[in-house]
Amino acid sequence: MAKKAAAWHWSQDVHKIFRRIGIKQVAYVPDGGLAKLIDLCNGDTTMRSVVLTTEEEGVAQVAGAWLGGQRAAFLTQSGGVGNCINMLSMMEECRIPMFSMVSMRGEWGETYPWQIPMGQATVGALENAGVIVHHVDEAERVPETVEAAAKLAFDGMRAVAVIVGQRISQSGGRG
Amino acid sequence: MAAKNKTAALQRRSVVKKILANRGDAAVVTGIGNAIHDVFAAGDDDRNMYLSGIMGGASMVAFGVALAQPKRRVIVITGDGELLAGIGSLATIGVERPKNLSIVVIDNQAYGATGNQQTHTARGVDLVGIAKASGFPRAQQIEQASELDGMIETIYAGDGPYLAVVKVSTKSGPRGDAPKDGTLLARRFRAAVAEDS
Repeated sequence: MAKKAAAWHWSQDVHKIFRRIGIKQVAYVPDGGLAKLIDLCNGDTTMRSVVLTTEEEGVAQVAGAWLGGQRAAFLTQSGGVGNCINMLSMMEECRIPMFSMVSMRGEWGETYPWQIPMGQATVGALENAGVIVHHVDEAERVPETVEAAAKLAFDGMRAVAVIVGQRISQSGGRG
Repeated sequence: MAAKNKTAALQRRSVVKKILANRGDAAVVTGIGNAIHDVFAAGDDDRNMYLSGIMGGASMVAFGVALAQPKRRVIVITGDGELLAGIGSLATIGVERPKNLSIVVIDNQAYGATGNQQTHTARGVDLVGIAKASGFPRAQQIEQASELDGMIETIYAGDGPYLAVVKVSTKSGPRGDAPKDGTLLARRFRAAVAEDS
């Protein structure tokens, strides 16, 4: 794939996709790997961005958004995935669409040991809870992965997580 | 230790029946446990979402509905144990302040489903205080039948988010056959709430 201009960031394209497909609620816990996307959503008055105290609130909110007729996106770090497991039972039992993005820690070049256990357990935990996982490790491929995952979620009526690999964010050294 | 407030004046089934007697187009989300039976006994409705799982999630499910349906009143009917399991939700909702969301805690100070063991509200935790400190413009504790009418008016007409903690007896009442199939419940709710707005 041709190299894009230096100023380009995948978050810009993903934010445009969010607008195009009608994402109206964005539930998130502040995160380094998704910070640019979160900033773009926060600055967009066509969507309501909500900061959570803990990640499982986001799963419940996304379920409520769909029940109320809106599309939502849930943004979290891999460390928060473990908090979500019981709430995810609603997506499976009710077959409610969930579009989520998970930025990875504890994976590619991680230097902070406490991130590694949950990071290594993230994909398995999501899959065990019934979530379809799309893993992406190249920045250029994030937008197309988001596009595909959103179709699977909202049209295919499934819980889907786009895993944004740590190779993309290179955020291996912070706590 | 089992809860001791069997002598509380208010009875949960009759309180919830009174709350929902003139619900208009309100949507109702229940917490897990006896709250389901309270709401079902008051009258099944397509706009009822009975959550038979995700303990601690009822308020945030209702919050998502409330943002999506700003012109509709969204009411949570839940127990003290369920709310305590998602207590951070009060901080999130207090920050976001959805005007159309009312949370009613049917507080028997006990985990009714597992043998009436005490919850933290039996030991001094003040849910009204937590809600107020989290930014809820209105939160109040209800102990007397004479206070119910004022509470109901605020549930439906006040600028929320509103939290009412209703102290009730641990006695509950007969349990009906509330629907448990989540897929069915979610689709009938969405059809009634989202596609009728």
